[in-house]
Amino acid sequence: MTLTFEDYPLGHFGTFGPRHVAREEILAFAAEFDPQPMHLDEAAASRSMLKGLSASGWHLCSIMMRMMVDGFLGRSASLGSPGVNEVRWLAPLRSGDDLVLDIEVAEARVSRSRPGTGIVTFKAIARNAAGQALCEMVSPIMLARRADAAAEQAR
Amino acid sequence: MYFFEDIAIGQRRELGSFTFTADLIKTFARRFDPQRFHLDEEEGRKSLFGGLAASGWHVGSVCMKLMVTDGQRRAREAAALGKTIAVWGPSPGFRDLRWIKPVLAGDTISFASEVESVRSSEKRPEWGIVQARNTGTNQRGELVFSFLATAFVPRRTAGSD
Repeated sequence: MTLTFEDYPLGHFGTFGPRHVAREEILAFAAEFDPQPMHLDEAAASRSMLKGLSASGWHLCSIMMRMMVDGFLGRSASLGSPGVNEVRWLAPLRSGDDLVLDIEVAEARVSRSRPGTGIVTFKAIARNAAGQALCEMVSPIMLARRADAAAEQAR
Repeated sequence: MYFFEDIAIGQRRELGSFTFTADLIKTFARRFDPQRFHLDEEEGRKSLFGGLAASGWHVGSVCMKLMVTDGQRRAREAAALGKTIAVWGPSPGFRDLRWIKPVLAGDTISFASEVESVRSSEKRPEWGIVQARNTGTNQRGELVFSFLATAFVPRRTAGSD
């Protein structure tokens, strides 16, 4: 069954993963999108503020997106997202880490301009296997409402 | 790359442009955002986007790519003039990212970066903190993408003032 706006009540929604992150994918993403030495080269990375090779923050966000799609968005009536309120990169993602994603519904409201659409604001926290929070993301996603719920309100 | 002392509010850099082909859009989406409107032309047409649309994370990652490339270009220019090269630190995050209009297959997006604020780091005296509004504009001159980025930028004289 496809999940709609009504299936996202406020509060903790679920925990997803683990998702293993291999060194090769960290290097491949960095080479294509973020070729800074701290994401590509062990020696340079060990001299950087992050003290060792770490994944691009955009890579981490993209992996979090994939975990959300695999976890629930892929079977939801997702209509896309208008943006991201905030991303905080709290600690580096290292090669070999196993990511776990915690999802909370922080806000859920019906769109004013499109009554058939709801906007759910998710707070996603990615942690490594040790439980250390690596990234916090707050982002609204548009989801279709169940037809009868939308009609009920329109009446 | 610039040192913290070289950066002033309002400074703007054109970062270059990038064409999002259908192939590149689908390849990124298969890896990171396999939603139907990022994978299939017909599904894209039926969606709110009105066509095969790039994942927003693809747009953000390409902006990062052009920022890094621009920084490397500046570093080469500085090196050619015999100047010391500033190596920027990592970013603690960003705020207010907006996917204003869809980026559709074939669109060419020009990215730019404009400094919005500069301050010293209290915890790390050898670093400054720069916030910049990074934007993407399509070939029709429409603003499609925007976010407020933060980065650690090294000071010219480490530990001074």
